[in-house]
Amino acid sequence: MKNHLSLRTKYFSFLISKKSLFLILFLFILLLACFTISASLGETFINPFHVIEVLVGKGNAFEQLVVTHFRLPRILIAILVGSSLAVAGAILQGMTRNPLASPDIMGITGGAATAVVLFLTFFSDKDNNLTVSIQWLPLSAFVGATVVALLLYILANHGRNLSPIRLVLIGIGLSAFMKAATTLFMITSPIYRASQANIWITGTVYGSDWQDVNILLPITTVLMLISFLIIRDINIQELGEPIAKSAGNRVHTYRFLFLLICTGLIGSAVAFGGTIGFVGLLAPHISRRLVGSSFGYLLPSSAIMGALLVLLADLVGRTLFLPIEVPAGVFTASIGAPYFVYLLLKQRNQ
Amino acid sequence: MLSSFTTRLVGLIGGFILLAICIGLSIILGYTDTNVQAVIDTFQHFNGSNTQLVIKNVRLPRALIGASVGGCLAVAGALMQALTKNPLASPDIMGVNAGAGLFIVVAVTFFSVSSLHSFTWIAFLGAAIASFIVYCLGSLGKDGLTPMKMTLAGAAIAAMFGSLTQGLLVINESSLDQVLFWLAGSVQGRKLEILFAVLPYMIFALACSFLLGKQINILVMGEKLAKGLGQRTGMVKLLMSLMVVLLAGGAVAVAGPISFVGVMIPHVARWLVGNDHRWVLPYCSVLGGIFLIIADIGARYILMPEEVPVGVLTAFIGVPFFIYIARKKGEAL
Repeated sequence: MKNHLSLRTKYFSFLISKKSLFLILFLFILLLACFTISASLGETFINPFHVIEVLVGKGNAFEQLVVTHFRLPRILIAILVGSSLAVAGAILQGMTRNPLASPDIMGITGGAATAVVLFLTFFSDKDNNLTVSIQWLPLSAFVGATVVALLLYILANHGRNLSPIRLVLIGIGLSAFMKAATTLFMITSPIYRASQANIWITGTVYGSDWQDVNILLPITTVLMLISFLIIRDINIQELGEPIAKSAGNRVHTYRFLFLLICTGLIGSAVAFGGTIGFVGLLAPHISRRLVGSSFGYLLPSSAIMGALLVLLADLVGRTLFLPIEVPAGVFTASIGAPYFVYLLLKQRNQ
Repeated sequence: MLSSFTTRLVGLIGGFILLAICIGLSIILGYTDTNVQAVIDTFQHFNGSNTQLVIKNVRLPRALIGASVGGCLAVAGALMQALTKNPLASPDIMGVNAGAGLFIVVAVTFFSVSSLHSFTWIAFLGAAIASFIVYCLGSLGKDGLTPMKMTLAGAAIAAMFGSLTQGLLVINESSLDQVLFWLAGSVQGRKLEILFAVLPYMIFALACSFLLGKQINILVMGEKLAKGLGQRTGMVKLLMSLMVVLLAGGAVAVAGPISFVGVMIPHVARWLVGNDHRWVLPYCSVLGGIFLIIADIGARYILMPEEVPVGVLTAFIGVPFFIYIARKKGEAL
């Protein structure tokens, strides 16, 4: 077995593909490089090598302020949001066995977005200050995402089989509904808040601070860990319900668990990054090209790929059109939508 | 339900009468108190009082625009459903709304266009271009124009255009105020001149669609059969698409994106008169008008004194219907 490393102890044994391992390592290094470059670019340029020095505590007060106070939280949020969306997308695609499934097309991000706009509408006073702690925001987004996901699951589960196409169609319907609801709240609220909500719906990590990172980081870490622990069960699910059942997998229990993990990831990502579109579709697909469809490799590489996508989209958005900041969601959608169409055509021609 | 020629004709005439009643109700009901006498007085002896001004400048345009936009959207939906053989097809799926929205926001942001009148033409152009793109994408590949490909291509293009629109609105916040209400879809606050500017196209397209009824009946039996019967299917499909662009583009230009009228009404019309498009299309035009006017009256009362854009209301009514159809007929797709 030249292509694989084997890891064997008394309790477990792993067979690790060398190629995939190297690819994931390479992606990780690429992410670190982008991290540094992103921290160095902006209105004031700081040499990438100097950035590393600043990060470990050297550098003058101004550089410290720019890097650790303004850029770092934003970069971290971009990474967390991107990887959450990508992992959620990968799990959804595996679970529904549908390459077109993604949180945004299926309306789950829409549900989270509606919940957040509702939250902002109801818990703001006259001066547009929040009356409750912003820590509740991810929870409301999570509730919104879960409600839509459950609705979708119940409505698409017709006659005991979950048809992929019906899932997408009902998802399109539900996201239209959520969009209408969001529009309604935006129209009935004052224009200042409407514009705030609009920025946020487009998907941007603009204005993230350490408080956001402190809330998001633990949530994402826990959910990621859980999803990495149940990788085996996703692999089995991808074989289809009958096979998974006969292999001893409790299909429905696990499906429900996956759905909750997905909505948790999506909800927390949407709460801080808004609806950054198509990351959940793009990242798993690119990763599948690179490392194949075994979830042991697919999840980590999707996570890194999603982080890269959002990080780059944000970097381009805030540097290329200075002094205007273009929301990251605009770029991800401009790349993602054509890719979606390409997938469609490819699938039809097979 | 209505199977003989006479009952169908009677039904259609009844529909027209109902439409007229709805227009009347739409003029009378609302925040400002009016009654039938005041409406009659407005047209006979206009004296410029507040009530009369409301009736003449607000209520009447609103009712007429609602009737024509609803009718056009429903007919466009019926054409789309026949064209794609997809019970869920509607003009919004062809990207008409998203295209119009993007073009309007681009015009406001980069060319500082602000008059509603120029919005009309820009929206029209955007609708046409977007549906052209979706049509082309849907027909790429080996098997030609398939319903599923078109639906998904439409969803993707709509998502991309929607995101670009949002992005532009974020960059240029001042335009948000101007276009937000337009983007939600409403028949309120639109002037009659805007309707009259696109009305000729709408009427032309409606007439053409009604004339195409017989050809459409042949086309829905299947492409091969239609070809075997000597129909130039490519030509008929192209004509139908063109009519969709004119009807839906015109409707979007006047009222903004109003969704789900085009999905629902054709189903209701088919439930009434069966699959004969010579009847389905005229029924759609009447029923669509009635539906939109009733939705618009509802939109006035839900959050009184504030107005809900009628597009939001039609989405709330339409989505459950859409999901019902998707569940029932989704297998076939």
